[in-house]
Amino acid sequence: MGKPEVITPKHTAKDYKSAVKPVWCPGCGHFGVQSALFRALAYLDLPPQQVAVISGIGCSSRLPNYTACYGFHGVHGRALAVATGLKLARPELTVLTVGGDGDGFSIGGNHFLHACRRNVDMTYIVMDNEVYGMTKGQPSPTTPPDWDSKIAPGGTGINPFLPLAVALASGANFIARGYAGDPNDVARMLVEAIRHPGFSFVQVLSQCITYRPEEKEWKHSVHASPEEPATTMVAAAQRLVGEDSLTTGVLYKGERLSYTAHIHPVQRSLAEIEESFVL
Amino acid sequence: MLRQIDGSFAVAEAIALCRPAVISCYPITPQTHIVEHLGELVKSGELPNCEYLNVESEFGAMSVCIGASAAGARTYTATASQGLLFMMEAVYNASGMGLPIVMTLGNRAIGAPINIWNDQSDAMSARDAGWIQLFVESNQEAVDVHIQAFKLAEALSLPVMVCMDGFILTHSYTRIDMPTQEQVDRFLPAFQPRQVLDTADPVSMGAMVGPEAFTEVRYLAHYKQMEALELIPKLAEEYDAIVGRDSGGLLKSYDAEGAETVVVTMGSVIGTMQEVITAMRAEGGSIGAVTIRSFRPFPKDQLREVLKDAKRVIVFEKALAVGLGGILSSNVRWALRGLTTTPVYSVIGGLGGRPITRPSLRRLFEAGSKDQLEDTHFLDLNIDLVKRQVERERSRTGSGPAAENILRDIGAVRAAKTA
Ligand SMILES: Cc1ncc(C[n+]2csc(CCOP(=O)(O)OP(=O)(O)O)c2C)c(N)n1
Repeated sequence: MGKPEVITPKHTAKDYKSAVKPVWCPGCGHFGVQSALFRALAYLDLPPQQVAVISGIGCSSRLPNYTACYGFHGVHGRALAVATGLKLARPELTVLTVGGDGDGFSIGGNHFLHACRRNVDMTYIVMDNEVYGMTKGQPSPTTPPDWDSKIAPGGTGINPFLPLAVALASGANFIARGYAGDPNDVARMLVEAIRHPGFSFVQVLSQCITYRPEEKEWKHSVHASPEEPATTMVAAAQRLVGEDSLTTGVLYKGERLSYTAHIHPVQRSLAEIEESFVL
Repeated sequence: MLRQIDGSFAVAEAIALCRPAVISCYPITPQTHIVEHLGELVKSGELPNCEYLNVESEFGAMSVCIGASAAGARTYTATASQGLLFMMEAVYNASGMGLPIVMTLGNRAIGAPINIWNDQSDAMSARDAGWIQLFVESNQEAVDVHIQAFKLAEALSLPVMVCMDGFILTHSYTRIDMPTQEQVDRFLPAFQPRQVLDTADPVSMGAMVGPEAFTEVRYLAHYKQMEALELIPKLAEEYDAIVGRDSGGLLKSYDAEGAETVVVTMGSVIGTMQEVITAMRAEGGSIGAVTIRSFRPFPKDQLREVLKDAKRVIVFEKALAVGLGGILSSNVRWALRGLTTTPVYSVIGGLGGRPITRPSLRRLFEAGSKDQLEDTHFLDLNIDLVKRQVERERSRTGSGPAAENILRDIGAVRAAKTA
């Protein structure tokens, strides 16, 4: 996004923090995502009680516990479906779904496709460390094929999944990639993502220093895209597939209408109803 | 060979001795170490000719096992808790199709609220799924029973689930006497599948069966489980003859014969119970115990036989049928039907990993011996906490989520550790 607008928020990042201290390992990228999220919410001046943070299971999925917003720690892989229900029931809330690459792309992969397609107005933040952190180091769909682990001897041997391209093909309306080591940049993306109508998908490269220590190198290799966000699917497809997976920025902004809930029919006053009977 | 290893490692080594052709898995605490060690054995070449595949979910893992088993491969997987629940549709499928898959269940509580610790609710959720369910008491039994599980599964063409208490067994280091490859090969010959992919005679499996034959297909599975009641002790004898160890049959008696009070339970808790019971017997108490190895099929006649002279039975279980009470105890009551003078007390304990201590068991058994237990008793339940929440819900609408309120009441604000 361009220059931040000049506004004086009533909230500060601290207002979104709960009393629970994260149990993430020191140096975990998830701290950066948490900090970026709080900054974005403060910038948007959203009262914590107007925000719902929904997750599944994983180190990353602990995030709702660490916020002072409404939180929901669901079952592994179902966060997007839970968030959909919540948003439909309370459309006025800002709904954020958070979780890991395992939660979102492995066991919850089908919901990812359909959440993009349904295009409900919410933001999905995947804290992608290319590994299952919580269960102690198994490969996820974004792990390189040659990464050796006990559960995938000699590596998975299969190509990593391209979450951003999948999101595009499935209908997501906003696609961005950030790096947890640059929380300011991620905060800016989140502000845009939350403001953008429909389903916004933000992949944040979030290093797991315990099981993937090589990801510490990301700080040298991530690079911002010099281009403006693509606005057509064709242009977006080209860059999402063509650019390397360490390119950060808001990469696509679509114009699909977001799914609207029908459970709050427009309330009409008696006068309005009577008006329609006037001959 | 004697080794000092943890339960997961021991099970993995035992599975490798059984020469599975396909292993498919997905990590979940507390079973992950089992499949991870199998991965290491595949990588090192100690487990040759095995396709090992970590997939995207438990649903996928069981489905891969179904495909592989239907094609004639000896197939294994392991899971726990939420993983078993997530794969449940495929769990029923495997048994419905009569596929001899062996699965380890590292018993763990089911959420919500999320809890990684041990109880046996997960196994209970699958008790009617058509799988043979065997509960082990120790890691040595886990080794021996897994090896027998393949033979049992393949003889009957039924899947077998070996249930072992999460953490208490999976993560504890004990001395294990591991059978040799030669012994296991002698006990467990190569898999002769009932169903094979035969290019000369293609069949389509899992086809629709309507009311005209559904009952018979189901009854067949039941009939075969009844056959397992005979086969399980027979296989244990065969195993003993080759390996030289009595690994137990359908159930095990710990001085139950002649005891006035008999405790019935499943799994590792018998270890602590034995200490309490031994102490009580030394003081003149008339108390013994029975552990049930084979929960499905349920050995009702054998159980009735051991319990027939008991004055009372205390069933201790780590699971709860909400709205009913005990599950194992209901099964025990049914086995004892007609013996109307024998009260059966149902005790629920150890839920979500709550420690089952000797003093608590001692108090429980003493009260039970004097017939001072309610029909359904909850070990070490803090009823005041529950009452506070009930009162809160009664006095105001919108009283908030129950589990979080209770955590606040005990001063934990919110549980920090989850998995
Ligand atoms: C149905 C089910 N299967 C498996 C698990 C075990 N499990 C907990 S978290 C997790 C993976 C988490 O990885 P990811 O989503 O990438 O998050 P990270 O911990 O890396 O932040 C798994 C497999 C579970 N909780 N539920």
